[in-house]
Amino acid sequence: MSVENIPAWADLLASSLLVLGSVLALIGSAGLLRLPDLFSRIHGPTLGNTLGLGCVLLASILIASISAGRLVFQEILITLFVVATSPLTAMLIIRAGMYRERVDRGKKATPQQDTMH
Amino acid sequence: MTALLPWAISFALIAFAFAMICAAIRLLRGPAAEDRVLALDTLYVNSMMTVLTLGIQYGARLYFDIALLIALFGFVGSAAMAKFLLRGEVIEP
Amino acid sequence: MKGWPSLTLFTASLYGFWLLLNDTFAPGQMVLGLVLTIAVALGTAAMRPLRARPHHLFAAIRLLFVVVGDIIRSNFAVAGIILGSVKRRSNSGFMKIPMDLRDPYGLAVLACIITAVPGTVWAGLSADGRALTIHVLDLQDEEAWVRTIKYRYERPLMEIFE
Repeated sequence: MSVENIPAWADLLASSLLVLGSVLALIGSAGLLRLPDLFSRIHGPTLGNTLGLGCVLLASILIASISAGRLVFQEILITLFVVATSPLTAMLIIRAGMYRERVDRGKKATPQQDTMH
Repeated sequence: MTALLPWAISFALIAFAFAMICAAIRLLRGPAAEDRVLALDTLYVNSMMTVLTLGIQYGARLYFDIALLIALFGFVGSAAMAKFLLRGEVIEP
Repeated sequence: MKGWPSLTLFTASLYGFWLLLNDTFAPGQMVLGLVLTIAVALGTAAMRPLRARPHHLFAAIRLLFVVVGDIIRSNFAVAGIILGSVKRRSNSGFMKIPMDLRDPYGLAVLACIITAVPGTVWAGLSADGRALTIHVLDLQDEEAWVRTIKYRYERPLMEIFE
C-alpha cells in the first residue's frame, strides 16, 4: 500500500470524492433497475459517466500528484474521452430504441407488409 | 494520522461491485436488446472506475493505461452494437 | 480572435494530448509529437469537409462553467428522482424544441451538452433542422426546459459559432 504518507487534508478530500463518486455510480446503475422504460433508463448511467467518474478521477489525480511530488493529470485524458464519447453512445441507443419501437408498431398495424425475409 | 483513504477505497470498491451487479441483472433480464447494450455500457464504465480505484490503492500508474484502454474499447463496442441495432449493419458501404 | 485557423487549433490540441499521454517534456518525445501531429492534421484535413470557426473564447469558457455547474446540479436532481417514489420516476417523455442554431459544429456541441447533462438526452433533429427532439426524465414543466436549452446553451453557442 502506498497510500500511507499523504497529508490529512488530501486524505479527507480524496476519501470524500471517492465515496461521493462511487455512491453516484451506484445510484446511476440502480436507476437501470428502478426506472420503468428504456428511454428513462438511459438517464441512469449518465450519473456515473459524468460526476461519478469525475470524482474518482479527481481523487486519482490528487493522490497520484501527492505521491509523485508533482502535478500528474493524465486522468484529464479519460475525462475528455468519456465526455466526448458517452453522448454518442446514449444518442445511438435512444435512436435505436425509437427506431425499433416504430418498426414494432408498424409491424403490429400492418403485419402483411413484413417483406424483410 | 487518520487513514481514511483505505476505508474509502474499500467502500468504493463494494459500491462499484453492487453497481455492476445491478447492470448485470439488467443485462440478463433486459426486455429489449437496447437495454442490454445500455447495461453493457454501464458495466464497462463501472469497471473502469474500479480499475482507477485499484490504481489509487496500489499507487501504480499502469492502472491508468488500463482504464484508458477500457474506455476506448468499451466505447467502440457499445457504439458498434447500438449502430447494429439501429441499421442492422455496423459499417455501411 | 476572429476566425482562428482551426487546423492550428486542432494540431495544438493533438500535440497537447500526445505530451499528456506520455507525461513527459523529453526533447525526443516533443519532436516526435510535433512531427506526428502535423502529419495527422495534414492527412485528415481532406476528411473534414467544413472548418469550424469558433470565436469568442470568453463566451466558450463561460459556457464551460455553466455546463459543469448544470451537470453537478442535475446529477443530484436525477439521483433524487431515481431514489424517489414511483410517481416521480414515471414522469419522463419526449418534447420538441424549436431551434435557431444552424452551424453543424455548434449543433454537435449542443448534442454533447444536452446528453452529458443528466436528465436530458438528445433524440434527434428534424430534417430541416428547425425542431429538436429531446427526451427528458423529469417532464413537468416543458416551458422551463425550452427556456433552459435556448437561453443557457443555444444562445452562447450561436455567439461562439456563428
